[in-house]
This record gives sequence, structure tokens and C-alpha cells, in this order.
Amino acid sequence: MTLRDKTAEDSPRSWVRAALYDARIRGWVFQAVVLVVLLLLTLWILHNTAANLRAANIPFGFDFLHMRAGFDISQKPIDYTLDSSHAQAFKIGLLNTIILSVLGIVFATIIGFIVGISRLSNNWLLAKAATVYVETLRNIPLLLQLLFWYKAVLSVLPGPRQGYMLPLATNLSNRGLTMPRPIFGQGFDFVMWALLVAAAIAWGLARWARTRQAATGQPFPVFWASAGLVVGLPLLVFLALGAPLTFEIPVLKGFNFVGGMVIHPELIAMVLGLSLYTATFIAETVRAGILAVSVGQSEAAFSLGLQPGQTMRLIVVPQAMRVIIPPLTSQYLNLTKNSSLALAIGYPDLVAVFAGSTLNITGHAIEVIAITMAVYLALSLITAAVMNWFNARVALVER
Amino acid sequence: MGSNTLSKLLFGAAFLGAGAVAASAGTLDDVKAKGFVQCGVNGAGLAGFGAPDDAGNWKGLDVDACRAVAAAVFGDPTKVKFTGLSAKERFTALQSKEIDMLARNSTNTMSRDTQLGITFTGVNYFDGQGFMVKKSLGVSSAKDLDGASVCVQSGTTTELNLADYFKSNGMTFNAVVFEKQEEADAAYDAGRCDAYTTDASGLYSIRLKMTNPDDSIVLPEIISKEPLGPAVRQGDDQWESIVRWTHYAMLIAEEFGVTQANVDEMKTSENPEVQRLLGVGEGVDFGSPIGLTKDWAYNIIKGVGNYGESFERNVGEGSSLKIARGLNALWSKGGLQYAPPIR
Repeated sequence: MTLRDKTAEDSPRSWVRAALYDARIRGWVFQAVVLVVLLLLTLWILHNTAANLRAANIPFGFDFLHMRAGFDISQKPIDYTLDSSHAQAFKIGLLNTIILSVLGIVFATIIGFIVGISRLSNNWLLAKAATVYVETLRNIPLLLQLLFWYKAVLSVLPGPRQGYMLPLATNLSNRGLTMPRPIFGQGFDFVMWALLVAAAIAWGLARWARTRQAATGQPFPVFWASAGLVVGLPLLVFLALGAPLTFEIPVLKGFNFVGGMVIHPELIAMVLGLSLYTATFIAETVRAGILAVSVGQSEAAFSLGLQPGQTMRLIVVPQAMRVIIPPLTSQYLNLTKNSSLALAIGYPDLVAVFAGSTLNITGHAIEVIAITMAVYLALSLITAAVMNWFNARVALVER
Repeated sequence: MGSNTLSKLLFGAAFLGAGAVAASAGTLDDVKAKGFVQCGVNGAGLAGFGAPDDAGNWKGLDVDACRAVAAAVFGDPTKVKFTGLSAKERFTALQSKEIDMLARNSTNTMSRDTQLGITFTGVNYFDGQGFMVKKSLGVSSAKDLDGASVCVQSGTTTELNLADYFKSNGMTFNAVVFEKQEEADAAYDAGRCDAYTTDASGLYSIRLKMTNPDDSIVLPEIISKEPLGPAVRQGDDQWESIVRWTHYAMLIAEEFGVTQANVDEMKTSENPEVQRLLGVGEGVDFGSPIGLTKDWAYNIIKGVGNYGESFERNVGEGSSLKIARGLNALWSKGGLQYAPPIR
């Protein structure tokens, strides 16, 4: 056989060789192989798990979600009784996790921005105090801090009978912050609608004012006008309807307060611990973001006659946000996941209620853990999606 | 930490697959091959049932149950390794073969016995759930606890009994649920709750850990049946028999007065029941049908003692808990502890 007689086109072997050396085709083949291996591995794990469960006489399925839960949960944002199902307990745990995460994110962001800007302050005392705060709290494990705050909250506050009476029938004791619960009467939804309408008008007003200022240079007091709208319109509707709102005042009866709303010490300790810890990282992110904006920007703003506060608000922060937002997203995700440490101090979050009580009572470990992991994944992906949207909004628009 | 261990166990369960099939020869063979019994006990340390002493040696009624099985299998009560488990982890640890047997003050209930792939082998302590409160509350009965905050450990029958008791008595309560017993203890000590609930035996041992044990009292009501006992995986009848009969052997020994001290003299006893227990006499061998030697029960008593000795040493008069025998006395003395005869 002589190779000389054959051209590259008509030889099947050289066709294979050509494909083998084509980076694009090779890429496809490798990806397909990896995908198939991954699928097979997943199938094998699933099959094996199912076989092992069957061998160990452990039933698999999600019917347990409809069974009566029968245990109590200390913090119930929605209706829940001892006769509720495990599915309802799951919802409570999920809501408690969301409540904790949202509160933590709000406080961590506020504290983080204040501390981050303080670290760059010309005030020596303020800058050093911020540095000490950041370096201390971010270097101590979060779990220890949570246990510390819980212990601190419980030790500092007196028992319910000796609790501190605060204004507005509010009481602070080691059973939590007890306060009156609003009861919405007939027609209160009109007030909420009025609030929505006012918010929409305020938004339109802000747009109009911005366009007008850009065109004519005439400023408009947007803040005061919007504030008046958002507060005034619902208030008018509320009064016109005859004030359909009453309060259930908590009363000390027996051991504890009955009625009203309670913020439990577990939630207070968790929010304190999570937000103070995460705020240290946010502060560093903010500091880095601000330092990333070139000094020339501030100098230019000063030379145009802007005040330091205006310079920070209008020139530096908007540019810094582009640097800040991506790492800020990671901090929000961390905070949400760290909220699962709540089970250490008895806050009834998803892990404590669902992956704790429900798992133990029903014994469906694999199903419960799978659902719990899926929920955290979903929460994180939603947070990331929102933050990515926000990031795209503030991103540098190339003109 | 608890959930970490848990997910480890889960992945263990998922990945063990191929290995599990090969290793299903029987727990006894596995135990003999590795040379020790892996036993799950109370990880938080429940004095009297399962807790390490000052020198780091595990002591307790449940620990003795593990040691007795080791003595039956190997003739040596020290051939046992302990895994400290939380209430949450215990059944998963057994299901996933991380441990060979579980002796962690666990209540036998129908759903656990039938739906978790595990089997309870007997009752080594008849317990019941009670309440502990601060004396300063001036409460003398659990019926006065309407509206109370109650500290409780998660994933226990205790959590459910608590809810049932308050519901059936038309009372309201607020459960503060902790994953670990130590955390619940600390929260009660710090005044977070008005009452603490767990099995009565546990209340006595937890009370001793409080800053001022005398400030708390245990209320008289017992609100549930809590038969605590060892458990094994379902489907291994031989291993189940070994663990079950280990407990029976200790009961029979007490019934016939065979103790750790006199077990060697008792070998010469003329009582046929004692002879069958100790494997003495021509053709007397109750050990080999369950894969053990004929002196299996002799080894248990020599190594650990009879049930009464174990009880007194760990939770009875010989301990700091000073719990009376009560329901745990032998059937012949007014209690519920009763073993079928060896025949």
C-alpha cells in the first residue's frame, strides 16, 4: 500500500485524524463524554441510594409532608397549630429563614456602609474605632459570636415579670420584645391601595423632575413632595374610612405576656450576630469600592463647588457601586446561608424546624435534606439574580 | 456541626452502595472481623446513661449495654468503641452502618420500630417524661403550667409528648426548641424558659448541672411512657438476638443472684437455670446458635455484672442520681423488668 496514491480527502483514517485535530470538534466530543459520565454517575448514585433504602426497609416518598406535625414552633409568622401538617411547618421554617435573612441583609448593609465610609473619615477617632470593629468581629468565628449574643441577650434582660416597660405598651424581657399587634379592620386594604397609588405617583414625579432639571436646570423638591404624597394620601383615606385599625395590647398573665406580637430573643441575637459579622465584610468592600474611584473625581467635584457630602453622594458612591455590588452579592449569599446556624441558639429556621424536628419525627432524612438543600439553592439563586439585575443597572454605560 | 455529620452520613448512605452489598454478610461477622463493637451513645453526656468520667472512660447504663454485647461476642467488655450522637443523628448513624448498635436513651415507639429500618431489642430503662421548673415560680403541678415557655430538645418524642400534654389539658405553651441538649440546658439556666422537659431520669441528671441545682424542682407528673432501649438495624436476626439476649442474660443473672463477684462460684451451682445461663454441664450450649461461645452469658456477667449491679452503679444508690428502682425492679419485686427463660 502506498500513501502517495491517496489524497487526504478520500481516506477515512485521515478524516478521523482531521476531526481529532480540530479544536472545535474535539471540544464537543470531550464535553459530550463528560456530560454522559456525569449523567451515569448521577443515575448510579440515585439507583444505589434507592436500592440501599429498599434493602434497609426505609420507605421513600413525600407523603410524610401531609402528616400531622404535632410539635410547637416558637415563632409563627403564619397560622400554625399542633394539628398542622409537616408541609405547614416547612413553610414556617422557610418564612423564618427569609425573615432572618432579609433583616440581616438590611442591617448588615446599613452598618457596613456607615463603617466602611467611617474607615476613610478624616476624624481619627471615628476611623480607628471603625478599624477596631472590623478587625475584631470579622476574625472571630460566627458561631461563637451567635452564642455570645444569645447569652448576652438572655443575661442582660430580666424575666418577664420584671421586664422593662417601654412606651406604646411595649415590654422588653428575656422572653423578647412584646408589643401591640395591629388588627386591620374592614376597608383597611383601601389604605394599602392608596399607599401603592401614592408610591406610583411619587415615582412618576421623580422622573418628571429629573427630566425637567436636565432640560431646564430648574430643581424641584422631589423628596418633600414624595414624602407628603406617600404619607398624606394613605392617611387621608385612613381617616375618611373612620380609622379601621385597632391594637391588641399584650397583657402579663401567668408566666408570660398573652396577646400582642413578640420578637423573640433568638431572633434579636441572630440579627445582631449575623448583621454585625457580615457588616465587617461589607465595610471592607465599601472601602475598597470608594478607594477604587480615582482621587481626581473628588478633586473635580470640589473644584465645581460641590460640598463633601454631595461629592460622596453624587460622584464617588455611584462610581464605587460598580466595584462594590459583585462582592456585596457574595456577602448577601453568605449571610443567607449562615442563617442556618440559627439552630444552635433555638431560632426556628428552616434547618431547625424542617431538617430538625420534621426529619427526626418522620425519619425521611434523604427527602428532607434534599428539599432543604434545594431551598437554599433557590434562595441564593434568586438573591444573585436580583443583585445581577441591580448590577446591570448601575454598570458603566459606554457611550 | 450536627447537620454536617448528618450530611456526611447521607452521602455515606448514597455512596456506600456497592460496598454495602458485599458487607451484608451479617453484623456479627463484621464486628468479629474488625475486632470491636461500634456503639452509639449519648454525645452530650447524660450522666448515669452515657457520659465520659473524669478519666475519659465512658460510664452509664447504656454504656454497660454496649460493653455487655462486647463481652458476649469477644469475652472482653473493653472491645467496644463509642460514637457520641445527638438525638438528631442517632437513627441515621445506625441506618448508614456507622454504628453496629445504638444505646442512647432512645424511646421505643411504633413508628421508629417499623418505619426507620431499625428494631428495638428491649427496654433497659422504663422512663417517663416530666417537667423541671424554677422553685421561684411557685408551681407545684404540671397542670399549673398554662402559658409557660418550655425548653426542649428537637427531634425527640419529648417534643411531641409536650405538645400532646398541653393540648389535651387545654393549656397553651411556647416551645423553645434546641438542637443539642447542652444548649437547651444553658437556655433554661439563663431563664429563657419557665420549664424544662425531658425524660424524668434526664431531669435529675440535668438538674445537677445547673448553676444552682437547688433552685429547680422536678414536678411529680409523668406525662408519657418512655421505654428506653438499645436498637439495631432491621433484617439481621442473629445480631438482633445477640443484643436482645444480652439484656435478658443480665436480668436472669440478677434474678438468680449471679453477680460479677460470685459468677465463678456459681459455675458449680446445682440450679439448672443457672447452669444453662452460664453454659455449664454436658451439651449445654445456647451460645453457638447465635454465633457466640457457650460461655457468652458468663462473659457478660464477669465483665459487666448483672442488671441490678449495673443499675445501682450508674443511676441508683451507688451514683449521684440516686434514682429508685421503681418500674425498673425485677418482675418478681414489683417492677417491669422480665426476661424469658433460657431453655
